[in-house]
Amino acid sequence: MVIHHSQGDTLSPTLEDALALGLTRAEYELVCEKQGRAPNQVELAMYSLLWSEHCAYKHSKKLLRSLPTEGEHVVMGPGENAGAVDVGGGLVCAFKVESHNHPSAVEPFQGAATGVGGILRDIFAIGARPIAVLDSLRFGEPTAPDALDERAARVRYLLEGAVSGIGHYGNSIGVPTVGGEVYFEGPYEQNCLVNAMALGLAERDGLVRSAAEGPGNVVVLFGASTGRDGIGGASVLASAELGGEGAEDKRPTVQVGDPFEEKKLLECSLELLSRGLLVSLQDLGAAGLTSSASEMASKGEVGIDIDVARVPLREADMEPFEVMVSESQERMLCVVEPSNVAAVLELCEKWEVGGAAIGTVTDTGRMRVLREGELVGDMPVRALVDDCPLYDLQPRESSEPLYPPPAATLAAEATPGQALLALLSSPNLCSRRPLFERYDSIVQSRTVRRPEQADAAVLALPDGSALAVSIDCNGRRVAADPYTGTIEAVLECAANLACVGAQPLGTTNNLNFGNPEKPHIAWQLTEAVRGLGEACRALEAPIVGGNVSLYNEGASGPIYPTPVIGMVGRLPDARMAGRMGFARAGDAIALVGAFAPSIAASELAKLRGEALPDGLPAIDVEAVRATQAAVREAVGSCALSSAHDVAEGGLAVALAECCLVGGIGAEVTLSASPATALVALFGEASGGFLLSGERSELLELGGRVPLELIGTVGSDALTISLTSDTADGGGTGEVLRIDLADMGAAHAALGKLFGSGGRDE
Amino acid sequence: MKFGVLQFPGSCDEVDALEAARRVGDAELIWHGERDLKGADAIVVPGGFSYGDYLRAGAIARFSPAMESVIDFAGEGGLVLGICNGFQVLCEAHLLPGALLPNENLHFTSRQVEVEVLSGGGAFTRACGPVTHPPQRLSIPAKHAWGRYYAESETLAAMDGSGQLVLRYAPGENFNGSLHDIAGVCNEQGNVFGLMPHPEHAVDELMGGSADGLRIFESMRMTVEGATR
Amino acid sequence: MLIRPKAGILDPQGAAVERALPALGFAGVGNVHVGRLVELDVEDEAQLQPMCERLLANPLVEDYEVQLLDGGV
Repeated sequence: MVIHHSQGDTLSPTLEDALALGLTRAEYELVCEKQGRAPNQVELAMYSLLWSEHCAYKHSKKLLRSLPTEGEHVVMGPGENAGAVDVGGGLVCAFKVESHNHPSAVEPFQGAATGVGGILRDIFAIGARPIAVLDSLRFGEPTAPDALDERAARVRYLLEGAVSGIGHYGNSIGVPTVGGEVYFEGPYEQNCLVNAMALGLAERDGLVRSAAEGPGNVVVLFGASTGRDGIGGASVLASAELGGEGAEDKRPTVQVGDPFEEKKLLECSLELLSRGLLVSLQDLGAAGLTSSASEMASKGEVGIDIDVARVPLREADMEPFEVMVSESQERMLCVVEPSNVAAVLELCEKWEVGGAAIGTVTDTGRMRVLREGELVGDMPVRALVDDCPLYDLQPRESSEPLYPPPAATLAAEATPGQALLALLSSPNLCSRRPLFERYDSIVQSRTVRRPEQADAAVLALPDGSALAVSIDCNGRRVAADPYTGTIEAVLECAANLACVGAQPLGTTNNLNFGNPEKPHIAWQLTEAVRGLGEACRALEAPIVGGNVSLYNEGASGPIYPTPVIGMVGRLPDARMAGRMGFARAGDAIALVGAFAPSIAASELAKLRGEALPDGLPAIDVEAVRATQAAVREAVGSCALSSAHDVAEGGLAVALAECCLVGGIGAEVTLSASPATALVALFGEASGGFLLSGERSELLELGGRVPLELIGTVGSDALTISLTSDTADGGGTGEVLRIDLADMGAAHAALGKLFGSGGRDE
Repeated sequence: MKFGVLQFPGSCDEVDALEAARRVGDAELIWHGERDLKGADAIVVPGGFSYGDYLRAGAIARFSPAMESVIDFAGEGGLVLGICNGFQVLCEAHLLPGALLPNENLHFTSRQVEVEVLSGGGAFTRACGPVTHPPQRLSIPAKHAWGRYYAESETLAAMDGSGQLVLRYAPGENFNGSLHDIAGVCNEQGNVFGLMPHPEHAVDELMGGSADGLRIFESMRMTVEGATR
Repeated sequence: MLIRPKAGILDPQGAAVERALPALGFAGVGNVHVGRLVELDVEDEAQLQPMCERLLANPLVEDYEVQLLDGGV
């Protein structure tokens, strides 16, 4: 923090301080105008945080207004701590995804751990019990030729730290980590992404909002004590590009998470709510008390007085502004009627959670900060929360390629068999088992499908139905075409849900992009949001909440644009949840859907070192949606043995995954000539599904959607032949045959990159 | 038949244990600060991270008022089952011999494991049927960071002699480095049993695969009802 | 109080550090053990040993050593 300390009470920060805190000159002048004078230290600190990109969404808010947020299932939309959809039986599911990218780049273990802690608090802040966590991670390439191995070693350190941090927090607090995804791509090397999604369950009438109400009511802070952690942390860090050098120096500002404290806080919050003791509740996240108190006041159109001398501190000599901006973890703020304060504090004591009445709701419309009764900051709530200027983006597509081609790791003359093994062992496609074995995926006894058993996680509900959830985004394809790539990401989540038999209910998203003040990044963001809105509208899966993380750039350029999509759906009968693996020898295998793959922007193209194409083939969203509906219904009626969508690595990799998960081989014949073999085997596109089951059941499905029987389950190898009836090369020929054991060995490649050293607490 | 399931700050699997116990009898949670065991016929010390596992897993929970009552209850012959963190608590409380150390791989690891039912601890395994050769197997998930069972070699020899070895990881399944592949042990009297895998997470085939863990709870019911009949 | 794994008890944390140090160029390292440090103020020094025996260490698998620092830290 650059604000100059002084012994007296007359602290007068300057324009230079404001600029150093991230405000522009014009914004500072607007603050002065709103205040009717220059802001003092406390006020400037609070304005600079609430008017940061992180809190005010000043470059994305206008764009986000175009997204669909309403629908028949939506109970709570964007604007609250998390969104919520009705899941039947009187229950709602709250969910949201959030990023903790910059803190994780500095200290991956604590950054990821506190990311999980933060998203869990968002869920229980609206009165829902957290029931699952998923994570979405992006790192640079984890392997490199010897000369570059130091960089790859740093990537592996970040991976190890982030995974350990997620596990440490989720496992210790008793919330299962049921799914997730990780990609390794060069553009993330200096700016990794750590996004965490959480789901919670609540009674429909048990949800609580965050609006402060009732002048005279008491503001109670409970949870951990307040220290200097994260001062200038998430909020300031999150709005500055990370340099290659100096990242280590920022370590002291990273917050430290304590899942044990949060577990007590969670149980305490839910018990306070179930006893009806709270008027409203809000968690403390980025910008700490500043943002929590101001937002509660803004939503309730009231004022709040806070006396920093009443905040329990971990360090005695903290300045008022430090108390107001501290990002100490595991804290909640609630509004309580005066007659209930004693009962609230008593319950805090039961759960061994600190609690203190620190302020009052007023009718002044002002956010006032006091120290032992003396006024040290006084701002209009509206100015703080709502009057930050919003900026129009200046989108312009770049005429030059933004991203260098990846290094080739597969020879152009590789055989299809060699290519399949290379894909199966590539960092993006190899088995995630070494990662998800670090996570408790079964606590709370709801997990019907664990990681790798199905395309989406499935969680049983009390009435016999189930939730399904998936998180996804292929940033490389979004980089090739932000509009189409984002539609693909949304369709991929819905496809995962279809494979377990679930219909989408709602969507959350985390828009991870570079610096939006640069026209080509603004273009990526604008195009991605356009695709996101269209796809969610088409699927009737409205967006109930989300997060934006901008300025994700390193010295060598921006990250791939990465709009991470999280989607929640419901299936009527948990017992019918689909599985990914082939199950029965003799089952027929079908490729379903209008599937028109291409090699451009595929995993194979990456391994061959090909540059990104300029654009992806257009998608017939309606056709994909119809295919998904047919697959969903077939799975739901238990007509299939397995269902898996064709994604990265194309049909051959999808087949291999079904074989490996099921522990049984397959014999498949594809119609393709030698010239189109690679496209048929490894080409990628939306809309393809790989199903297995009784031949008659599959043929019946073929009456509704495009379907081709391509083979039979059985043996202990995957065999793929091509057949073509062209004049020059007609006939059938085997193009690859690989034993399950060899595919399994290739697929286990992540273990070698991961799991040595690190820490588990 | 009534189970009492302890609840510490930081317990995570107490509701899972409660629901599993309810499949074979009544069950109620017992807050760690209470001394009254509410007339329970058997006690479950559940999994989780009591007191954040700070200091050592189970080291702080062991001194709670409820645990003092459990120590008396066990001394009078009452059945006590400790699962995962509960096993660690029972070792720290000296109700069971030995100690649990950090996994050999140093990581929290979550995996479905096969365990073999040995001759000891009949009060907790009788519903598995007669002990066979080769031993019967149960498929139960394990998930922990501190599961490496350790006891001094003389202690281990004595435990083997007096039928205190109850469950052993099947060949290839011992991921935590436990001595002699030990997954679960009981005390000399046979009324206190601790294991690292989670039987309460294997009570319903819908949830991932096996209902083998239910037999542990069923065995406890048979033992209690046999004793009171 | 310094608490460390007893001699002869497998110490995978110590072993991991012992493997990591040479990788960073620190040669000639051996016998690495990782333990804990507990600092506290106490009025009656006689309580320190029972504290270690009953709570701070597990005497079955850990050794402990008490160091008195003049005037506290």
